[in-house]
Amino acid sequence: MTQPRYSRRQVMKGAAGAALSLSLAQLIAACGLPGTRDTGWEAGYDWDAWWKKQKQNGHLNFASWPLYIDTEGGKHPSLQKFTKETGIDVTYSPVIQDNAAFFSQISPVLQNGQSIGYDLIVMSNGWQLTQLMQNRWLIPLDHSRLPNFEKYAGTVATDLAYDPHNTYCAVWQAGVTAIAYDEKQVDGPIDSIEALFDPKYKGKVGMLSDPDELGTAGLIALGIDPQTSTYSDWKKAAALLTKQRDQGIVRQYYDNSYIKALEDGDLAITQAYSGDVFQANNSGYPNLKFVIPKEGAVLWRDNSVIPYHAANPVDALEWINFYYEPEIQALIADWVNYVSPVPAAKPIIANQLDDPTVANSPLVFPSEAELARLKEYPLTETIKTHEQWVGLFDPIIQS
Amino acid sequence: MKSRLAPYLQTAPSMLWLGLFFIVPLVAIVSISLMTGNSIDGYNLTWNFSVFPDALDQYSPQLGRSFLYGGISTLLALVAMYPVAYWIAFHGGRRKSLFLFLLLLPFLVSFIIRILTWQFILSDEGIVLGTLKDIGILGENAHILSTPAAVVTGLTYDALPWMALPIYVALEKIDRDLVEAAGDLYASGYQQFRRIIVPLSAPGIYAGILLVGISNIGDYLSAQILGGPSTTMIGNIIQTQYVQNGDFPVASALSLMLMMALLLCVFVYAWVFGTRTIQEYA
Repeated sequence: MTQPRYSRRQVMKGAAGAALSLSLAQLIAACGLPGTRDTGWEAGYDWDAWWKKQKQNGHLNFASWPLYIDTEGGKHPSLQKFTKETGIDVTYSPVIQDNAAFFSQISPVLQNGQSIGYDLIVMSNGWQLTQLMQNRWLIPLDHSRLPNFEKYAGTVATDLAYDPHNTYCAVWQAGVTAIAYDEKQVDGPIDSIEALFDPKYKGKVGMLSDPDELGTAGLIALGIDPQTSTYSDWKKAAALLTKQRDQGIVRQYYDNSYIKALEDGDLAITQAYSGDVFQANNSGYPNLKFVIPKEGAVLWRDNSVIPYHAANPVDALEWINFYYEPEIQALIADWVNYVSPVPAAKPIIANQLDDPTVANSPLVFPSEAELARLKEYPLTETIKTHEQWVGLFDPIIQS
Repeated sequence: MKSRLAPYLQTAPSMLWLGLFFIVPLVAIVSISLMTGNSIDGYNLTWNFSVFPDALDQYSPQLGRSFLYGGISTLLALVAMYPVAYWIAFHGGRRKSLFLFLLLLPFLVSFIIRILTWQFILSDEGIVLGTLKDIGILGENAHILSTPAAVVTGLTYDALPWMALPIYVALEKIDRDLVEAAGDLYASGYQQFRRIIVPLSAPGIYAGILLVGISNIGDYLSAQILGGPSTTMIGNIIQTQYVQNGDFPVASALSLMLMMALLLCVFVYAWVFGTRTIQEYA
């Protein structure tokens, strides 16, 4: 049990194989493809009793996103400390580049009732995480083993609309989707989301190709609170965004490559993620500015969750508990520059790590007042609402 | 008895291969396209044939665009590579293999990296546009990235070796005495090229166009990396429907329609230019 049961390659192979065998077998048997409903653990399962029986195995398979943990000379100091203090050795795999793509890889495996080979994965709040929770494909956290979380987690980590009691989700880092602009290409400072729709910047505006981000920007521009928005609001936002595209204002709908286009001068103004711009500022692009428009912006969270069938659940909890320690969080937050879930890391970054730029940045440690201005994505809780949402915004992105 | 079975046994492995990796997936894709449902409740075979007209109705611009971009890039690659292949075959001398190697060298680098390099080359303030803007040939807001031109550039570039190699092989096989004989019979240089060399290289051109056309029409990476808001190709739609939305029926229906459209093109193409012409000359 101390060995990882699946390597990454095996997982990919397994996913493809499972998808193939699943579809073919089902085709012959029932002329249909099975859904994911009720393929997780049984409702009412006694997780308390289960957790009591689990033991630390001394190993952890952790899947996360690229450039999303403190890195020094190819090593990760926070993970090294973890291994030193707990004896748990960690296989860290930065394999997640896109929530939907990663979900489509693990989904057939979980649907088949098998382990995906990772004990802890990091997923953003959104439709894929909602499905993981609704399908009961995640193991509820044992909060009795997370004293640091109880003690140090800030409201960023505890005030979750999509998981109000932190049943499954322990925030890894959070961030803001707002706007960034190139000082050299715009007239004066920008403080309104209207600028994304300004014909003045025709062909120089970047929008994100993630339908959640795109649609939410449309809602915010219309002054609608995304979280409580309705289908008729979504249609208005779609109309606004279609007009923006048809007027030739949008240059392109970007994935994470928007930041390179902004650095290259291809864009004057764009939707942007907070940490990217912070990192760009520190790597030779001081002319890029990130601003939370006066109309508001979305605060999203990337959540550490334990997938069902994980081989080393206790080790995963140990790591969650460990990174909620302010000293460890300081190492991570000081490197990744996203919004930290642990406010107590701020003085440590300022004093011990001697990095006041990060410590005093409202993008890493936003004040409660700033947090109050931030919004949530619309909650698409059923497949029907999700299909309505993508049905409106996909055709704008891929016209 | 033994001898009568032998041919079947000999072809059995390839039949098995064909069955396993072509027929079975094809049957699967056809039946999935006729299902309705969603990823949570599952999909059931309801013989929903309306998926085809519906998808065609919704995605005909992207389908048409794929054929347009694919066609243009194939022609551009042909125009660009025929002279190169000709020069190597007829004037390459002892260093032919070196020239061929140099032609292929950039393609040892991963596809993604090469496309991303185009992003760098064509960027607004990059080496091409930046220079042209500095000397005043282009306006300040001119850009190539995110336009159809960028997508076609990417598609054409990636097609170059696949176009050059079959044409080179065909040219290389041409009996030089035929060209010389044409010269002896007072054919001008142009006439020799037009009436001897081009017809004899027809099989290479034919193969090159098929090789490049089919893969370019189904491509999605060029559009994704170099394209803009209105350059989406059918490959991008299929990818989004399958990976992002888990809408397997629509993705399958679109794949099938793309395949059918390509097959139709190949048949028409083969009928008009193909086997007959090639047999006549080769």
